[in-house]
Amino acid sequence: MTQLIYVPDDAAALSVGADEVAQAISAEISRRGLDAKLIRTGSRGLLWLEPLVEFATPNGRIGYGPVSADRAAALFDDPGHPKSLGLVEEIPWLKSQQRLTFARCGITDPLSLKEYESHGGLKGLRNALKMPCTDIVEQIVDSGLRGRGGAGFPTGIKWRTVAATQAAQKYIVCNADEGDSGTFADRMLMEGDPFLLIEGMIIAGIAVGATKGFVYIRSEYPHAFAKMTRAIEVAQAGGLLGRSVLGSAHRFDLELRLGAGAYICGEETSLLESLEGRRGQVRPKPPLPAIEGLFGKPTVINNVLSLAAVPVIMAEGAAFYRDFGMGRSRGTMPVQLAGNVRRGGLIERAFGLSLREIVEEYGGGTASGRPVRAVQVGGPLGSYWPPRLFDTPFDYETFAEKSGMIGHGGVVVFDDTVEMAKQARFALEFCAIESCGKCTPCRIGSTRGAETLDKIIQGEQVSENMLLIRDLCEVLRDGSLCALGGLTPMPVLSAMDHFPEDFAAVK
Amino acid sequence: MTIMLQKPPSAAWNPESVREIAERLKPLDGPLLPILHAINDQFGFVDERALPILADVLNLTRAEVQGVVSFYHDFRRSPAGRHVVKICRAEACQAMGAERLIGELEKSFGVKLGETSADGRVTLEAVYCLGNCALSPAALIDGKLHGRLDAARAQAQVGK
Repeated sequence: MTQLIYVPDDAAALSVGADEVAQAISAEISRRGLDAKLIRTGSRGLLWLEPLVEFATPNGRIGYGPVSADRAAALFDDPGHPKSLGLVEEIPWLKSQQRLTFARCGITDPLSLKEYESHGGLKGLRNALKMPCTDIVEQIVDSGLRGRGGAGFPTGIKWRTVAATQAAQKYIVCNADEGDSGTFADRMLMEGDPFLLIEGMIIAGIAVGATKGFVYIRSEYPHAFAKMTRAIEVAQAGGLLGRSVLGSAHRFDLELRLGAGAYICGEETSLLESLEGRRGQVRPKPPLPAIEGLFGKPTVINNVLSLAAVPVIMAEGAAFYRDFGMGRSRGTMPVQLAGNVRRGGLIERAFGLSLREIVEEYGGGTASGRPVRAVQVGGPLGSYWPPRLFDTPFDYETFAEKSGMIGHGGVVVFDDTVEMAKQARFALEFCAIESCGKCTPCRIGSTRGAETLDKIIQGEQVSENMLLIRDLCEVLRDGSLCALGGLTPMPVLSAMDHFPEDFAAVK
Repeated sequence: MTIMLQKPPSAAWNPESVREIAERLKPLDGPLLPILHAINDQFGFVDERALPILADVLNLTRAEVQGVVSFYHDFRRSPAGRHVVKICRAEACQAMGAERLIGELEKSFGVKLGETSADGRVTLEAVYCLGNCALSPAALIDGKLHGRLDAARAQAQVGK
C-alpha cells in the first residue's frame, strides 16, 4: 500500500522551511525507491510545531515536528524519532478544540474538490439549493452568526437587508484584507481549505440573489492569493462556479482582487472604494453597503470567517451551530494566539473559553520564558490587558463591558520587557501611517498624539500631557467615521489605565 | 483573469506595453488597481509617465490616477533595490524583538527603513503584518516569507 506523507504548504509552515523538508522527503522517497506519496496540505494550526510532517498509519496520522530538512530523511527509519508527536488528532492542544470552520484545514489537499466533498464539503450548498432563498437567510439569522471581522454585526440581518433590496445586480464581497497584527485565520483558511470560502460565498449569493462575488485579498498574502486563484479555476472546472452552480438554475461567478498595502481597506466601505479602483477612503454610512454597496448595488460584505461558517450552518442546521457558545456570542471562534508565546497557533473553540485558558493552557506562557505582562486582544485597535483580566471569557459583550474587544480573534502576548508607553505611542503612529485622511482627528490627531506620547516618555509635563492624550482620544472616538480613528483610543487608554506605572517614569 | 505576483521586473520603460496592459485589463470591474499592480510588477515601479496613459485609457483625470497611486503603499514611484526586505513591525513581531532586528538590519544594510542602499543592493521596508504572527519576527524577502527571523538569516538571503 502506498505510504501517504503530508507536509503543509501553508505560508507559516513555508516560512520555517516546509518546502525544504518536502524536497528532502521526496528525495528520500526516490532514493529508497519507496511506494510513497507526498501530499501538501494546509496547516493544522499548531504553528510552533511547523514544519509538521505527518505519516498515515492504519490508526491515524502520526506527526513529527518541528522537522528540519537535514533530519527529514531519518523519519523513514525511526518510529521513535525524537520529534515524534504520536497521533496528531490526540495532541491535547488539538483534541480539545471544536473545529467547525477549520475541520479540514491541514488534513485535506486544499485543491482537491473530491477530497473536499469526501470530508463533508458541499453538503451545505446542496441543502441550500433545495431551499427557498428566504429560508437560507433565516437559517443564518437563527444560527446567531455574527461578523467575524470584528464588528460582530449579525450576518443574517445583513443578508436579509440585501435580499429585500430590489436590484438588477447584487454582489457578495469577501473581506480578506486581514490586516490586524496577531491574526492569520483568514490566511490559513484560504490556503488550507479555499473551497469552504467559495462554498460560503455561493450560498450567500443564492440566498440574497447575487450572481457575482469578489474576494479582496491583501497583497501581504501572496500565497493565499495564489491558492485562491487556483481554487477558483478548479471550482469553475468542477461546475461549482459559473452559469449553473452544481447543475442548478443559479449562476455565481467569483473574482479575486489584490489589495495594495493599505490597512484601512479592511474597513468595509474603504474596501468597496478600493475595489472600484479608487483611493481607499471611508464612505459615510448611510447608505449601508447592503443597500448601496459595490458600484452602488446592494452588497453583502462579510469577513472570510463569517462566510466560511456558512456551509457548516447549512449542512448541520442553525441549531447545531447556535448550540455552541455563550450569551449572544454563538458558534465557534477561531482564536489566533501569537506574539511572545511558547505554543502559538489557531485555536477554534466555542465562545466562552477564558483568556487564561488561551494564554496559559494553550500558549504555555511566553516564548522568552519570562512572565506574561500584557496581551493585546483584537488587533492593533484592541485593548492591552494585564493578567488580572485573564479570567474574562471570550465573548463579544463581556469583552466590551471591560472596555475591550475580541475583534477578529487575535491574541498577542507580551512578556515583562514590554514598555507600555511605547505600545501606546505605536498605536497612534500606526493610526497616522494608515489613516485614509478623511477625518481630521484621525489624520492629524494621531500624529499630534504620537508627539505628545514622546513627551510623556521623556518625562515632560507628564500629567498635563496625559490629560491631553485623554482629551484627544475622546475626540478621536467621537469624531471619526470608522473604526481606525474610533478605536485607536482603545490600545492607548487601556495601556494608560492598566499600566499607569509605565507612564509615570521620569527619566 | 489572473494577476501575476512576485515576478521579477522584466521590462524597461515602454509606453506601448503600459497601454497594452491598461487595454487588456480595462474590461475588469474596477480595473485601476489590477492595472497598477500589473505595471508595478512588470517594470518594478509605476513610472510617472504611465499616469497620463492610464488616465487616457480609463477616461479618468490624471489627478484621479495620481491620487490612487499615491494612496497605496505597494505602488512604487522609483525602482527598488535588487533585494527587497519587507520586515514586519506590527505588535506580534514587536513582542518578539522586531524593533531590535530592524535596528540591526538598518546598520548592516546601511539604510533606514524605507530606503534603498546606495549600491542598489537592498531596499528595506516596513510592513504591518504578514499573517505569520505565531512565528515572529517575520519578513518577506524577495517574495519569500521567513519566520523566526534573525539578522544573520536575513543577511544571508540578501547576500545571495
